Amino acid sequence: MTALSVAGLHAGYDPDLPIVKGVSFDITRGEAVSILGPNGAGKSTMIKAIAGLVPCFAGHVRLGQTDVTGLASHHLVRNGMGFVPQTENIFTRLTILENLQIAAQLLPKAERAGRIAAMLDMFPDLAARPGELAGALSGGQRQMLAAARALLTEPQVLMLDEPSAGLSPKLVGQVFDTLRRISEAGVTLVLVEQNVRAALTLTERALVLVDGKLAHDGPSETLHDGKLLGELFLGHRTAEART
Amino acid sequence: MELLAYAAFFLTIALTYAIICLGLNVQWGQTGLFNVGIAGFVGLGAYVSAALTTPDAAERIGGFDLPIALGWLAAMAAGGGLALAVGLLTLRMRSDYLAITTFGIAVALQLVFQNTESLTGGAFGMAFIPRPFSGLQGEAFAFNGLNLALTAAVVLACYLLLEHLLRSPWGRALRAVREDEVAAQALGKNPVLLRIQAFALGGAIMALAGAVQAHFIGFIAPGNYLPMMTFQVWAMLIVGGSGNNRGAILGAVLVWAIWALSGALISEVFPADQQARAASLQIVIIGVMLCVILLWRPQGILPEVRSVSRHLGRRNKDIKP
Amino acid sequence: MNPQAIIDGLIAGSTIGLGAIGLTLTYSILRFANFTHGDFLAWGAYLTLTVAGVLGGLAAGLGAPVYPFSFGWGLPLAMFGGVALTVALTLGLDRILFGKLRARGADAIIIVMASFGASMALRSLLEFIFTAKPAYFTKALQIAKPLGLGMRATPDQLLVIGMTAVLVVVLHLLVTRSATGRAMRAVSENPSLAGVYGVNVENVIRVTWIIGAGLACIAGVMAGLLVQIRPYMGFDLLLPLFSAAILGGIGSIPGAMLGGLIIGLAEAFAVQIVGAEWRAAISFVILVLVLMLRPQGLFGQKGA
Ligand SMILES: Nc1ncnc2c1ncn2[C@@H]1O[C@H](COP(=O)(O)OP(=O)(O)OP(=O)(O)O)[C@@H](O)[C@H]1O
Ligand SMILES: [Mg+2]
Repeated sequence: MTALSVAGLHAGYDPDLPIVKGVSFDITRGEAVSILGPNGAGKSTMIKAIAGLVPCFAGHVRLGQTDVTGLASHHLVRNGMGFVPQTENIFTRLTILENLQIAAQLLPKAERAGRIAAMLDMFPDLAARPGELAGALSGGQRQMLAAARALLTEPQVLMLDEPSAGLSPKLVGQVFDTLRRISEAGVTLVLVEQNVRAALTLTERALVLVDGKLAHDGPSETLHDGKLLGELFLGHRTAEART
Repeated sequence: MELLAYAAFFLTIALTYAIICLGLNVQWGQTGLFNVGIAGFVGLGAYVSAALTTPDAAERIGGFDLPIALGWLAAMAAGGGLALAVGLLTLRMRSDYLAITTFGIAVALQLVFQNTESLTGGAFGMAFIPRPFSGLQGEAFAFNGLNLALTAAVVLACYLLLEHLLRSPWGRALRAVREDEVAAQALGKNPVLLRIQAFALGGAIMALAGAVQAHFIGFIAPGNYLPMMTFQVWAMLIVGGSGNNRGAILGAVLVWAIWALSGALISEVFPADQQARAASLQIVIIGVMLCVILLWRPQGILPEVRSVSRHLGRRNKDIKP
Repeated sequence: MNPQAIIDGLIAGSTIGLGAIGLTLTYSILRFANFTHGDFLAWGAYLTLTVAGVLGGLAAGLGAPVYPFSFGWGLPLAMFGGVALTVALTLGLDRILFGKLRARGADAIIIVMASFGASMALRSLLEFIFTAKPAYFTKALQIAKPLGLGMRATPDQLLVIGMTAVLVVVLHLLVTRSATGRAMRAVSENPSLAGVYGVNVENVIRVTWIIGAGLACIAGVMAGLLVQIRPYMGFDLLLPLFSAAILGGIGSIPGAMLGGLIIGLAEAFAVQIVGAEWRAAISFVILVLVLMLRPQGLFGQKGA
């Protein structure tokens, strides 16, 4: 079963200067995939285009069986997509609880309180003071709130853009432990990361994006030694894409 | 002959608007600053120059009988100074605070024109403003022709100055700031300072236009400087093409022609008691025209030469859901 | 100093505050300074007047004043119609103008400019339809009753103050407590993130227009009832509205109301010192002071 399918995607901020130039891949349900690539390669742009935040100029995005190309992001959420942006991923002027409540609004009324409680159970840091402004949280706690909010609606596909950026090594470990649990619970995971080593141990498959194009698509082990990855990042070599 | 004299008169007025438009083009077209108080700057220039150059009058302070050229210079200094003050106050903040503040400036200046009778003549305004070539006033054609030439010379001077400035490093820095503030900053440009300079230059030019207009007509009153004027000048620049100095001049002449012709039509067609009402329809049409152009052809008739400016929304940032 | 200025200021401040609430909401959620907002007040008043005229034609008894007020049941009924029509006007304007520019990704300042053009057109259209001559909701005269401490007010004026207080409390609760209010605050902080959270931003924008237009209509009717109805009434209120919204802090409902009251009171007191002809300058002076001393306003977020 395909959870997310991207075909011939061209996207960016200006139709004359696409940032993502013809990317195709399929992700199976339950799979965990990292997207790697040098700074400015277009990873964030691609993932935002998939999430409906950046215009798609050509190609298709399918979520399960549904064609969601060009749909506004709130439609995608309703179709089972969870997305955590790289920056500004929580509402700092709202309380922790309000952040969760907004996301819970999509659920049937009877389930809301239960799901919020479940998220607070999963992230004890947040449960300690749900009435506090989210802007008062530390960097790691913010990432947890962002993840909790995305998980709250039980998405089929969860996409995270550099969840470990700017965190201390200890917190990185915590975030990745959480992601592992999420993945083991059967959620399809798409992870954009600069933290290559941690990403590769978490996910079984890696895509490498260089200059808006897919330079590599294969099992994570193939990139473990780092040499191939270095060459890919520098654009010296393009591996054949796996289907 | 009479018709020619009238044509010269019409064109002179249109060209004074062209000067205002050129001033606005520095602020908006080149820098992206939204000034909603144009009428205030123009009126300020008119009143300052009038106060300095009129003969001494018993009922008010001022009336120094100074030469016209001095009045023009003082007008520019006043307009530039006011714009400088507004710029210092608002240009560090979000862009629409400037719009709101300039709107307020125009309202406040309008009150000053109306209420400080000892300085401005109040609602009656100021008369006997010396007119250039006034010795020739008996010969309508020569008088209007020479004034047209003088006004055209001012337009040309402004145009050449601005074109020169735009090609200078200063002009390039200005556009760089408008197109990509962060990148420009990284190159060591100070966006706030550049904006304040551009705003002050535009304000000075608008005030000069006010002075030129006042001296050509010879009489000013607060009613000349209503928000209506601001609105007309905006329509002129947007129609002509913001960012393009020739577009600014073309737009001024064109919109002024539309305005004058439709006004003439209204006074022909409508009975006297309905004319004020019909005139409001004129404003509706220009307002709708402004919106339609913003929607369908934001670059105007003569688009900016280099690149359509980013704030016209051609290149989206994140799409809004 | 004449204590009557307190009553005068509160009354003017009620109208300004209600208008400023609508303005501050559209400002923080749609992210542009809407110059047509003043004209929504004027349109609200004229639309209500028109509906009242139609109602009066249908049932003459509706016009008879209800003691102790100067107007009959027709006016509150007509105001419902006026609110609905003003809402329709703003939603229509959003569909043909602001929404189009928004979808194109135009900068806020272009939308501000469009609102400036639309404001001129809307105002002149009123003048064309209804002429510049002032109109009135009622011809009945009211005697101001003494309230003590040298202050007097008519029943109409007290009703306006009371109604404003109720509206502000209801609205404040709506925004701070309800799911709709939460979504509005989310969109005002970051619209694209709100979409990622599953919020339908266009719906939130619609709700914002509805609230803003409804309050504008009510404020317009209040001003029309207590003073008079003129095509320029909204335009003359525009600067006080902006000053109140900025003084209160963009996006803050209590701030806008408080800002409105401060401006109303400042006008009422200043007029006694400098003369009524300078009234319009008061809000400008306050605006400049706020921008110099506390640009984020009384309750505003820093950096907004
Ligand atoms: N809002 C925007 N408007 C215009 N261009 C943008 C915008 N955001 C990013 N870009 C451009 O798109 C290109 C790709 O940026 P993107 O953020 O997608 O890269 P990335 O692979 O996520 O990099 P990083 O690893 O640093 O996060 C860059 O050249 C960037 O300048
Ligand atoms: Mg990125």
